[in-house]
Amino acid sequence: MYRIAILSGKGGTGKTLVSTNLAWCLHETGLRVHLLDADAEEPNDALFFPPWEYEEKLVQKRVPSVDLQKCSVCGECTRNCAFSAIHVSPGKALVLENLCHGCGLCTRVCPQNAIVEVPRTIGKVRFGVFPGGMHFSEGELHIAEPSAVPVIRELKKTLDPSAQVAIFDSPPGASCPVVEAVTGADFALLVSEPTPFGMHDLKAALATVSTLGVPSGVVLNRMDAASGDYIAQVEQMGGTLLGTLPFRREIAVAYAQGKLFAREFPEYVPFFEELAAAIWKEGKA
Amino acid sequence: MKQLTVVSGKGGTGKTTLSGSFAYLARDAVILDADVDASNLHLLFPVQVETKMPYSGGKKAFVDEARCTGCGICQELCRFEAIALDGGVARVNPFSCEGCNACAVFCPETAIHMEPVQAGWVQRGNVSGMPLVDGELFPGEETSGGLVATVRKEGQGIAQQHKYGKILIDGAPGTGCPTTSSITYTDFVVIVTEPSQSGLHDLERIVRTVDHFAIPKGVVINKYDLEEGTSARIEQYCATEGIPLMGKVPFDPEVVRAIREARPVVTQPSPAAHAIRDLWEEVQRRVF
Repeated sequence: MYRIAILSGKGGTGKTLVSTNLAWCLHETGLRVHLLDADAEEPNDALFFPPWEYEEKLVQKRVPSVDLQKCSVCGECTRNCAFSAIHVSPGKALVLENLCHGCGLCTRVCPQNAIVEVPRTIGKVRFGVFPGGMHFSEGELHIAEPSAVPVIRELKKTLDPSAQVAIFDSPPGASCPVVEAVTGADFALLVSEPTPFGMHDLKAALATVSTLGVPSGVVLNRMDAASGDYIAQVEQMGGTLLGTLPFRREIAVAYAQGKLFAREFPEYVPFFEELAAAIWKEGKA
Repeated sequence: MKQLTVVSGKGGTGKTTLSGSFAYLARDAVILDADVDASNLHLLFPVQVETKMPYSGGKKAFVDEARCTGCGICQELCRFEAIALDGGVARVNPFSCEGCNACAVFCPETAIHMEPVQAGWVQRGNVSGMPLVDGELFPGEETSGGLVATVRKEGQGIAQQHKYGKILIDGAPGTGCPTTSSITYTDFVVIVTEPSQSGLHDLERIVRTVDHFAIPKGVVINKYDLEEGTSARIEQYCATEGIPLMGKVPFDPEVVRAIREARPVVTQPSPAAHAIRDLWEEVQRRVF
């Protein structure tokens, strides 16, 4: 299996556009493709495909629950918690579940054995097959939950072992959810745009993937007549440019309407086939 | 002191484009860039950096290999798969370590200790006389929510000290910790969306996030004329939910030109600049 993580640094540069269209084009060539939407804060890939049948699994983290009958208010839990997530006072215990990382340390240091861990649902993963046979999974973080990392971790477990290509549509940014989505990938495809914003954030994303030791390549999206300089900038920052997509209103409109533009306009299919060929060449063997 | 945050849910809808223009039009505000994963606001202004302070996110575990006997208790305890035996000694994967301290507390050889690790920078600068604070997170680091909180604390300190009445915050995409950290205890949230299926889907999620913290809000549709059918659906959604529609900004090639010329779009006349100026009037009426 070959795993491709698609990321961008800056939001809105075309991760979802490239992920969905690349997955569809590779599926059409007869490969067994599994598309995974790892942008669990804002999962959108499913909008581009017809309704699908899926199984759903809750993602839970463990949080402490204090038995006040046993608690001696010694404060050992509070002193040990690195995240200031548990506070006790006579007759009361305050667990800030949003701050809790679920490390379990409080349960182990409590001399009264007064703390147990209870599950708290923080999101869900769905996995199934689109009409036409492409495998698909998506993660969804519940509203006001701070970290998508456990959701992405569970999402990875839904990967169909018989898939030949797995495409992970990753979150924006360059911090922990991105690290979780990219870890284990054979190749990172970075989608950026020809603006100073795009270049600034591409640099951060390149630094993240190189720190993780994942080979990478760049696609520049929304190229226009004044974009030429940005190709040189990508190369200067050590990026390998694998392809460019033009700024065309027809692409923007297809995307806006929830359509795969490569299906609407077959002249773009070779772009994705060539992109895949470049990825096989540049990535881990 | 009033605080306003610009967020979007979906990335790339125009948060920084609007924030940059608001900052230019405000003239007397403290400007904060809370999108610490991708801080771009400073690219729109000639910024003079005044101070650069290291940001320490949290602690990470370090193993004294001379004392480690390879018993594996740490590996068993770690919930983050961040510590594993390798050649008979424990090794920490710093990207996975969340700094909980469990391994250090229970190591029978006291071979593990925790150390604060620098996770980025907080920068304080000046844009045309106004203070700008932004944060930069090191590649792959966690605690971006903590860095946002640090940027905001710094900004509030400046506002109090120098008697600024307004704080403008350019928020992060998504709904997770950097986003919530950029909107808590603010007075108003401007949500920027775009007329696409993804834009509408993400708008619904960010609205629920803002509602969770019970903060007043309004919506702006950017590039509204790219897909007027979806724009109409967004307007319908706002009307049904009782969310004020504060403005609509047309698609305008001048916006990309302004970004490439490293200036806020309102510095030169254009259809988008005109709409953003009207929007700023509306923001002032409602918030400041």
